[in-house]
Amino acid sequence: MALHATYRDVGQVTVIDFGGKITLGDGSALLRKTVRQLLDDNRNKILINLADVDYIDSSGIGELVHAYTSVQNRGGELKLLHLTKKVRDLLQITKLYTVFDVHTDESAAVRSFR
Amino acid sequence: MAQENKHLEVVLDTQVESVNLAEEMCLRVAEAAGFDEEMCYRIGMSVREGVINAFHYGNQERPDKKIHLALDITHEKLVIHVMDEGKGFKLKDVPDPLAEENILSTSGRGIFLMRAFMDEFDVVAGRTGGAEIIMSKWLPGAVNAPTNGASGADGEKDSGKAH
Repeated sequence: MALHATYRDVGQVTVIDFGGKITLGDGSALLRKTVRQLLDDNRNKILINLADVDYIDSSGIGELVHAYTSVQNRGGELKLLHLTKKVRDLLQITKLYTVFDVHTDESAAVRSFR
Repeated sequence: MAQENKHLEVVLDTQVESVNLAEEMCLRVAEAAGFDEEMCYRIGMSVREGVINAFHYGNQERPDKKIHLALDITHEKLVIHVMDEGKGFKLKDVPDPLAEENILSTSGRGIFLMRAFMDEFDVVAGRTGGAEIIMSKWLPGAVNAPTNGASGADGEKDSGKAH
């Protein structure tokens, strides 16, 4: 299934709800475009909800890393919410699980932003 | 009676759509060969990464070059070959994506994932002059499968495993 994205504001934090696959091509491109739009709009506290993302490849992983560093470079924070098992496993074997701040509860995740 | 060996070979265009096509094709073969859902996922992901590697790094996304995908099912394993028409590369030259200096790299995890998800993995010089990735997965219940956890992604098990 092609990736789709919607976002909403919860206080100072923008939550992006992704659904589908983050893979080479349109999926990775949509992730990049969505984060870039938010940064251009000076929204740099970003929580990415991956509850409905059950597939991600190395291109998608790279795009998540790009989003993370882009937000950091703009003085913001990017965190992840609700990883599916497959995505969590991938982040663990690539040692990125400890790089990202990963949450399982949206309210707690929103409160964790500075 | 031993199962007859099967061979399937396709030539793919150097385009993004070939990645999905190759993955879908291999998933069907893996399912038919009796792999469970988790193993099919690992095989499909590995084929995807192999074709991405050929598309992007090998063929440099040039549409005049082709990606050669071949599958062999023997009585004991599924063997996958992905060959590009690039300049080739050596595994020892591939940076370790787990190294501290590479952990925030936005690329370079494909080879690592293939090594992690498959039972055997190697890169050789292909007949096209490019790189040929050869990776395999033992069939469920294969008599000669190693007993030291050759299921991929769960631990160190072969010399090709990423550090």
